[in-house]
Order: sequence, then structure tokens, then C-alpha cells
Amino acid sequence: MAAPVAIHLEFGGGAELLFNGVKEHHVTLPSQSEPWDVKQLLVWIQQNLLKERPELFVQGDSVRPGILVLINDADWELMGELDYQLQDQDNVVFISTLHGG
Amino acid sequence: MCQVGEDDHELLQRAEVPGVSKKCVKCKEATAAVVIRAGDAFCRGCFKEYFIHKFRAMLGKNRVLFPGEKVLLAVSGGPSSCSMLAQVQEGLRQNAHKKLRFLPGIVFIDEGGAVGQSLEDRRRMAAELQAVFKATGFPFLVVPLEQVLDLPSSVVAAAPAPSERAAGVYKKAVGRFIQRDGGGRQAPLEREETPLADVPECRTLLLQQLVGSAKTLTAREDLLNTLRQHLLVHTARTEGYSKVMLGDSCTRLAVKLLTSISLGRGAQLAQDTGFSDSRYGDIVLVRPMRDYSAKEIAYYNRMFSVPSVFIPGLDTKTRDKSSIQRLTESFVTKLQADFPSTVSAIYRTSEKLQTACTSSSSADHGDRCLLCMCALDTAAENASAFKATLISEQLSQKKPPGAPSAAVPEPGTAEAPLEPESAAATGQCCSSGGGEDCGKAAGGGGCCSSAREPESSDLRRLLCYSCQLTIRDMSSVDRLPVYILSEAQRRLRRSQMREQIGEFLLDQGDEGDQRMT
Repeated sequence: MAAPVAIHLEFGGGAELLFNGVKEHHVTLPSQSEPWDVKQLLVWIQQNLLKERPELFVQGDSVRPGILVLINDADWELMGELDYQLQDQDNVVFISTLHGG
Repeated sequence: MCQVGEDDHELLQRAEVPGVSKKCVKCKEATAAVVIRAGDAFCRGCFKEYFIHKFRAMLGKNRVLFPGEKVLLAVSGGPSSCSMLAQVQEGLRQNAHKKLRFLPGIVFIDEGGAVGQSLEDRRRMAAELQAVFKATGFPFLVVPLEQVLDLPSSVVAAAPAPSERAAGVYKKAVGRFIQRDGGGRQAPLEREETPLADVPECRTLLLQQLVGSAKTLTAREDLLNTLRQHLLVHTARTEGYSKVMLGDSCTRLAVKLLTSISLGRGAQLAQDTGFSDSRYGDIVLVRPMRDYSAKEIAYYNRMFSVPSVFIPGLDTKTRDKSSIQRLTESFVTKLQADFPSTVSAIYRTSEKLQTACTSSSSADHGDRCLLCMCALDTAAENASAFKATLISEQLSQKKPPGAPSAAVPEPGTAEAPLEPESAAATGQCCSSGGGEDCGKAAGGGGCCSSAREPESSDLRRLLCYSCQLTIRDMSSVDRLPVYILSEAQRRLRRSQMREQIGEFLLDQGDEGDQRMT
């Protein structure tokens, strides 16, 4: 059983509009048998944090194209994208580069 | 198919995912932090150098900014323009390598009124941005978009072309500048602080009605862009700036390129997306960020704490298909996700575009579009596709004779429904008998000048193809700001006059041919 994982989430570039305008969220992911990965984090965010218009944030399994993801200030492409396993106190940032938030 | 002989096949390969903890490809020492383009991983330090260098190189390569010139930075608050501001700041630093040498000022156009933001939201965002501007030390202006209603018609009249500068002049100017100050300390600029004055609500209402009169979101965005640009140019002129820097990124310009083609602005692509845009004559619009993708800008801003403020626009939180601009953006972004060279391929194509130079500097104002100030592309030759669309449009109109037109009642006109509308517009003033008060003609021209407000059919002659489409999407052109309507009237009167006295004018070319009979 993995311990609960504390994650610091940030939203920028307009993505915060989907989260009531709140840019920073400190969340604790409940413990579960396998380690949390980014794909599961997205599902969790969609279920627990996303206030409106889920299609503007997630698309299928991944984030909508145009939303950048940084994990601990590094490109998520270098960390394995959706398969990266979250560690405690990780910092995940979602920045929208699109016109429409 | 459309290859230009380049080795393009590599562009469409899917990007491979680089492994974890890859080393920077440049310095090969530090751990990579960002992936740029397709598979190049840079560390923070190298990325910062690369980013800063690109800005200088873009300005240096194009050589349009002369030393000591006053340049207005148009900052919208978004990441690209704030990044541009940070780069300018960085470049003007005393001990910067290859220091920049122009005098910047900042302008922020507050569009909250057109978008429907509340007054407190507008004030709050303006205050946040003002704090950012104050920290830079450059003079700044906060201009509400409502001021576009008060612009003089000189904005859309033809501007004098700037004196053509030969290539060698740039180097000489730089040499002289360095000799004069020795690149010494820039004199502290006087701070012009113009905080956001409260805009009277009636003006905001007028602006909203203007924007609201465009029925589709596509037309609304196009109209807003045009108005914003006019306001920028006017501000630059009145404050004495000769260049305006826009913060359009590569991604944004790629989307704009495809959108422009869809909107019928193919003839103006080079000016809409090129590095420098000189359609306004004395004010040149410059786009130094056109080589940066949106991803690079977002990463730089995040990693090096460049402040920016997100301001919602017309198309925030709209669906993908709500406007052509939005749809194109969604298309390009999705394609880019799988094929990371999409945006740069579009960018490289746009670099090859040039304006078809038909004596553009000497074109008189009769040849320029009223709204976008580009050369008119609506010469409908007999076998062109444009002529075909005009004919089919006329044929599909079923206007019964004598029916009142939208804005002005004209009783008793028995115009045949198939006659081109422009002829109908000019002939009607005197033939409609008592319907019009010809005394309303604003000076000059006599009673045959159109004393009524221009209708959308009149305006069409003065517009390029895509602006015609935008106007067609508007429910009425009365809401257009006074400066546009009055300039339209002026041009219509001018062309009427020219038609009437045309046969009496001595043509330049004919003089040699005149023979005494």
C-alpha cells in the first residue's frame, strides 16, 4: 500500500478559469495499491477539482493539446509524460498556451 | 506534391519520446529541463541563452530598428508580449552583450469593455499590469479600447510613406550613435504614468453595441483586431513613436496565417504575418517574437519568473467550432501535438511570402482598403473567380423594384434588381425627388454628393475582400465609429466627383498623344 501523496498543483495561462480562478492547489492523493502516475492524476483532477468544461482541459487520456505540463519545473516529455510516477511533494504545473483559456 | 525541393519528409515523422534524465544537447553536462522542437532537450542555462540570443538575432538580422528610435511595445498582458517586454528590458541592460539601442515605451489596450468584463475586474487587471510596467521603468500608457470611438479619420486615410532608407544607412546610424554617446548610460526617461481613467458607461455601451453588431464570432474577432490596430497606430502617432512592436509568437502567427487564408486575406498574408508591416506608412509594425513557439515562451516565463496577467478575450471558453480563428487554432495545436514540426513548417512557409509590389508606396488612398489599410485585391476581371461570386450574388438577390433599402427610404426608384449596387447608390440622390434633403451634404461636391450615411453596399467598394465579408456579417454599419464612416463618405464623394469630371481631366499619359484636329 502506497502512502498518500501530497502534490502541489498550479494552473496558469488561463487554465485557472476552469478551477474557479484558483491558481494554486495543495492536494493529497489518497493512498492506493499502485503508485500514482500522471494519467491517474488527471482523472483525479477531473473528478475532484475541475469545475466546468472538462473538454477544455482533458482530451481522452491526456491533457488537451496546447496545455503544457511541467513536473518539478521540467518538461513532462523528459519525465515520461503520462507514465511518470508521482513522488511526495512533487510540483505539477499546467499552463495553457491557447487563446481561449 | 508541393515540394520546393527541400527535404521535407523528415518533418512529418512522429516525435520520439526522449528518455528520462537526458543530458542537455548543447552543453552535454547539465540535466535537460525543456524539450524544444522535435527532440532537442536543453538545460535551463542553455535554454535561457538560446532564448535571449534569438531575440537579438531577430532584431539584428532585420535591421529595421534604428538606434535612438522610439519604439512602442504593445503589451496585452499575455505571455508573449510580457516575454517581449522582458527581453527588451534584458537587452537594454547596461552591460548586455550586443546591447539594444532604441527607446521603448509601453502601451496596454484595455479591451474589457468589448468583452463584457466588469469595471472592477478591468481595474484590477489594469492595476496588476501597471505594477509590472512600473517595475520596468519605461514610460507606459493604459488606453481603454473605448477611445477608438474618438479617433480622427486620419488613421484610415493614407499615411505618408516613410523615407526609403538604403541598406548602408543602418550601419552608419549605428556608428554615429556609438560615437555620440559611447554607448553610455541612457538618460532616465520621464515616467508618464497614465492610470486607467474611469470610462463613462455610455462609451462602453457604444463599444459593446459596435462589437455586438457583428453577428458571427469570426467577424467580431476580426473587427476587434482592426479596431485595436487602429488605436495602436494612432497612439504611436500621437506620442511620437515610429515603430510598434507586437508580441505575436510563432504559434499565434501560424494560426493567423491559416485563418487569414480562410477569411479571404490571402493577398495580405505577407503583411499580416511578416516581420515588418508598413501598411500605415509612417508607423511600422514589427513582430520580433515570431520565431518563438508558444511552448518556449511559456517555459521561459515560468522558469525565469516573467510576470504576465491572463486577460480573457472574446473567445475564452468557447467551443472549438465557434469561430474560424478558434477552429484553426484547435487544428494547428492538435496537429502540433503529434507532429512537433507543424508550426515551424508553417512559419518557414510564411517567411517566403512577399507582397506583390505594385508600386505600393505610391498607391493613393483610393487603392487601399478602408478598414485594414492593405492594397485592394478586388479588381474583378472578367474571368476571375471573384467576378463569378459577384455575378452569382446579384443573380440570387430578389429585390423587387421600389422596395425600401435598409437604411434609407427611397420611394419611386425603379432600379432593375440586377443592376450593380454601386451604380444605384450614386444615382439615387437627385432622382429620388423629395426623399432626401440634399442640403445635408457636408461641404463641397454639390447636391449630387451622397448626403446620407454610407450603407454597407457603398462601403463594399472601399474594402478588400475579407473586410467585405466582415462587414457583410454586421447587422448594420451605422455602429461603426465616426472616423470610419466619415472617411468612407469622403472617399465615396471623391470617386463620384472623379467620375463626373473624369472626361475633362487631362490624363498624364495622353498629353503626348494629343494632336490638333
